[in-house]
Formats: sequence, structure tokens, C-alpha cells
Amino acid sequence: MKIALMGQPNSGKSTIFNSVAGYKAVTSNFPGKTVTYTLTKFNLFGQALELVDLPGTYSLTSFDLAELEARKYLLNGNVDVVINVIDASLLSRSLELTLQLLELKVPMVICLNMIDEADRKGIKIDIEKLSKILGVPVVPAVAVKGKGIKELFSTTYKMGEKKKIGKTLNFSKDVEEVIEKLSAQIKEKQISKEFNVPEQFLAIKYLENDRYFMENFKSRDKNIFKEIHYFQNLLNEVHGRPSDEVISSERHHLSMNIYESVVSLTKPHASLIDYLDNILMHPILGYIFLALIFYLFFNLVFNVGKIVEEPLLNYFYRIIPLIGKSISTETLLFSVISGIIQGLAGGIAIVLPYLFPFLFGLAILEDLGYLPRIAFLMDAFLHKIGLHGKAIIPFILGYGCTVPAIMATRILESERDRFITSVLATMIPCAARMTIIFALVAFYISPKAALAIYILNLIVIIISGKILSRLLPEVTPGMILEIPAYHIPSLKVALAKTWLRMKEFIFVAWPLLIVGSTILSLLHYFRADTLINHFFSPLTIILGLPLVVGTTLIFGILRKELSMLMLIQALGTANVVSVMSTTQIMTFTIFIIFYIPCMATIAVLWREIGSKRTLFTIAFTFILAIILATITRFIY
Amino acid sequence: MAITLDSIGENKKVKVVSISGGWGIRQRLGCLGIHPGDIITLKRSAIMRGPILISVHGNQVALGRGVARKVVVEAE
Repeated sequence: MKIALMGQPNSGKSTIFNSVAGYKAVTSNFPGKTVTYTLTKFNLFGQALELVDLPGTYSLTSFDLAELEARKYLLNGNVDVVINVIDASLLSRSLELTLQLLELKVPMVICLNMIDEADRKGIKIDIEKLSKILGVPVVPAVAVKGKGIKELFSTTYKMGEKKKIGKTLNFSKDVEEVIEKLSAQIKEKQISKEFNVPEQFLAIKYLENDRYFMENFKSRDKNIFKEIHYFQNLLNEVHGRPSDEVISSERHHLSMNIYESVVSLTKPHASLIDYLDNILMHPILGYIFLALIFYLFFNLVFNVGKIVEEPLLNYFYRIIPLIGKSISTETLLFSVISGIIQGLAGGIAIVLPYLFPFLFGLAILEDLGYLPRIAFLMDAFLHKIGLHGKAIIPFILGYGCTVPAIMATRILESERDRFITSVLATMIPCAARMTIIFALVAFYISPKAALAIYILNLIVIIISGKILSRLLPEVTPGMILEIPAYHIPSLKVALAKTWLRMKEFIFVAWPLLIVGSTILSLLHYFRADTLINHFFSPLTIILGLPLVVGTTLIFGILRKELSMLMLIQALGTANVVSVMSTTQIMTFTIFIIFYIPCMATIAVLWREIGSKRTLFTIAFTFILAIILATITRFIY
Repeated sequence: MAITLDSIGENKKVKVVSISGGWGIRQRLGCLGIHPGDIITLKRSAIMRGPILISVHGNQVALGRGVARKVVVEAE
């Protein structure tokens, strides 16, 4: 049995998904975060069930890529039963999607999630009555606390077996008449079969002027368009506004009526968290706190990382000479062993100490709901580089990892915005590059120098943004963004999310690191590294870096953090300052930050913005890196 | 007189008269509960002609200035 989770952004679909999938989907308090769907298989009542977490959609009339994908899946994915997840505290608005799902005539269960939040807001919902009106079961739940999940899935399973379909509610009489007439035409011409949807659903979508159903129309009989336009005009004339607005108003009123008949309002309990916006979204204080939060955040990451890094590094570098006593340092075996140890050490002592606090802090900020507030605060500034507020989300995620950042560009409506944001996001120092900045620059030079790199990086991104938006002039549609209520982050959920993101490093990057480090040892043993270094010498000479750095730059394309670890190994010492001047460390770091994105990023770029634009990005960042690093060499 | 959502003061309550944008913007706003006839409260405006924050049906929505300019409102 195939079950799909469908609901408006931020309604808690991913939390429900996680509770059965064992933390495989990433949730966060930001509208439109699940940009590709995730699937899990699990057992219930001895039956193998499949659960799909679809991207949040406000409506079945779709605009952005994420929404379109959710709808496509629902229409083609042979879903047996849909769980419509609703944020109970936003019932009236959420019902508009529910009504559209009912029009689709698929078996459905409603999950009234965050029922505790609704209670707090003074919204009491008559669950039985709601279920009666819609003709589908309604299950209350508090997904974050795991309440109601069992009941939800046992009800869903029963509905999937019975294949019972809910009621379709009627609009005003005259609108219903138009829908009936148009669906009769559609039935006659057998168009709805082409899309595999009920006639009435298609009739409504045509009256709504839905682009997808208009453009993907393949039937030979084009006369239907005349009919569609005739009925659209009819609604337009009678109601004095466009037909799509007539339909959405009808749905809106219907939802409001249902809402009013099932809800009784009591006094809301104010919570301290409701006043947070008075500070965090304040026109002046908001920016001060934004700067303060990020300053404290990075300070914390650096300090936690430093405390762990030093003793661990010392420990590891005592081991290698010990081994050198029992196995001759001239042998192949010693090369391999020391390569493996250095790879292990790089992961444990250098990367993990900075990665964990960073990802954990980011998870807390996300779950709290701070990210959309940043989008609000930064909108005016992003307009200066031709983007709008929502683009800040990929940028912030980019400080964690570039791959999800580029995936998150799907929340942007225009293709041009997605392209510019993707290119700029590749330049943001991700956690891997952060470890380089922290472990090399902050550690050996000064924290101030590290801060300077971040500021320089921002300036370069702003200038690049200006250039790109000049090259691709277009007025962005402007920001329309829901600012969800704050949620007190759950430690369990935040830790699970951190773990999920760390897993990527531990199971993908770390083995690569160990292999890479061993290969470097072997290259060194067979003296092949001098050849590669020689090949790269034009570059290293321009940048004024030691020749041995050449090999490490290749590894940096595999994974950014590899280049630093390889650097330490290539130099043959963990004490980098003894062989490189501070200028060289600075030049190296700046080059590494900007040059060619890592393999994983290139792969995702290729998929999201196409081959040509990906090659452009590679060339653009490479040239930029050479220019910036050369400048650094001479002025720092 | 027609006024637009970007030109009203903080904490003012208004009623949506019409949305002058095209199909996309109408639909998008509709999804977030903003239709002609709905009551909106302006909660804050960001500096430097940044976005505005409104409250509609107990929910908060941020609108860029360009978008707000397309929402025609009247005082409640």
C-alpha cells in the first residue's frame, strides 16, 4: 500500500514521516523546505507499507517547482491513500487544500497536527463534526511528541483497504452549474483520461486557468479551448472578476464556513515566545540581534572546535613517530599506515569538532523558525543584488553544505533567480570550508583574520550578484512568504537532524579522506607527487605557494576539507606555520574557498541548472579564485 | 480613494478591495488567505523600503514592497 503525506508547508509532514522512518527526512520550520520527496518502507499489521513525504503545497494549482512535483507525484504515483496533514492552528486556510484533495477523489485521512498549539491559541475543534462534513476520518496528533501517530496510521491503513472516498462539497449554485457544464464537455471529449483525474477536478482547474493543464493538453480536439474560454468569460462577467479568482474565493468561503461551524474560540494563552518578534523583527533591533546571533554562533563553533581540536591533534601526532620506531619509516607499509592514521585523524580531530556544533546550531535556528525572519530582514538588501528575501535561505543553508543549498533554490519562483542564487551559493564557505578557515586561519593566524575572510567572502558574493543580475536583467516577482509561528525546538529532533547531516560526512567524506590520504602517502613513496606538483607549478608559482600544495588542490575538488588535510600531510607537519608563512596560509585558504565547487556540488548543479551553466560556474569560480588569491598574495 | 497595502501605517486594519497583479500573484496570495474582502492588519514595515509584515486570519505573511503595491485596500 502506498501512502502519501500531503499538506501545506510547515504543517509537520516531515515530522510524521520521521517518526516512522527513523529520522530519514529533514524537517525545519521554514515554508517549502522538503524540495524533493522522500520515501520509506515500513511494516504495520504485518503489511508492507510505503510512505512518501511530498513537498509542502499551499494549493493544487501549482507555481513553484517543488509544488509542481508534489502534484505530479500525486497524479501519477498510484497513491492508495493520502494523509492530508493540517496545522490545526491554521485550520481555515489549510482546508482550502483539503477541498482540492477531495475534488481529486482519492481515499484520504486528515491529520490535525499541532492540536496542542491550536489549544494554546484558543481554537477548539469539533473533530467528529469536521469528519462528518468532509466524509473522511480526522485524527488529532502532536507529531513532535509522537502523540496520535499510531492511530493515524491504523486509520490510514483501514481507509486504504476500504478505498472510501470523501465528500465533494458544493460551491455557489451558479458556479457549480458552470463546472457541471464544462465537465460534461470534458467527459464527452474524454480529456480527463489523458491526465488521469476526475472530470470535475479538471473542469475546475481549467476555470482556474491552471498553466500545467492548459499547456500539456495533447488531444487533437482543440475546440475544447473555445468552451473553456466561454465558461471562463461567463464567470468573469457574472462575478465581475477573473474566473480563477471566483473559484479561489468560492473555496475560501467554503473553508471559512466549515471553520466557523466546527471551531469554538476561547481565550488564547499568550506565551513569551509570541513576543520574540518584537525584538527579532524590529526594524533596528532586528538587525542588531541578527548580527549578534551569528557572531555568537560562529564564536561558539570556533571555541568548541578549538577545545577539542588541540588535544586530539597532539594525540594523533604522537602515534605516528611511535609506529616509526617499530616499522622503518622507509618502508611501503609505514607509508600506508601513516596515511590511514592521518586520514582518521583529519576526520576526528579537525573536521568533526567544528562540524557538529555548527550543524547543531543551524538545526536549532531552523526549528525555532528564525530563518524566514532573516528572509524578512534581508529582503531589502537582496533586492540590491537583484534577488529577493527568500534567496537568503539557500545562502544560510550554504554555510552548512552547498548541496542542500542548491536544492533549496527550488523555493524560488523564477528560473533566473534560481540560477543566480545557485552560483552565489557555491561561493559561500560551507562547513567543510569553514573547518579550513577555522583550523588554518583562526588557529594559526587569528580569529580576526578568519572574520576578515568571511567579510571578504560576503563582499565578493555581493559584487558577483550585482554582475550576474546586470547580465540577466529581469524584475523578480517579489517576495510572498509565510512567517510561521515560533516553535520551541525539540532537542531530540535537532540532534536527529544534526546526525543525519553528519552521516553524510562520516560515511561518504571520511572514507574518501582516508583513501585520499593513503593515496597521497603512496604517491609520496613512489615520488609521483613531484610530477603532479610540477604540473601544477604554474598555478602554485602565481599564488606564491609551496610546490607541494599542488597535489592537494586535486583532492579539494573531491571534497573541500580534503585539501587542508592533504596540505598538512603533504607538508609533513601539523604545525603549518613552521613551513608556510601567514601570507601563504591566507592565499591558500582564499583560493580553496572560491575555486571550483566540490564533486557533489557539481553533480547537483548539473541537475538543477544544466550542463552549460554548471560549466560557466566552474570557470567563473576558478578565475575568481585565481584573481582573489593573487591579490591576497601581494597585499596581505 | 484607492490606497495600496504598501502605503498604510503600522497597526492599521484594512480590507482587501482587489489584487491588481496577474494570475500568479493572485493565486499565491489566495493560498495564504489573502482574497478580496479579507481583513488584513499591517504589523510592521522593514527599513529601506523592505518588505511588510501582515497578519491575516491569525497567520503572519511577509510581502515584498512590489507585491504589496498590487494589493488595493480600504480602511476598515
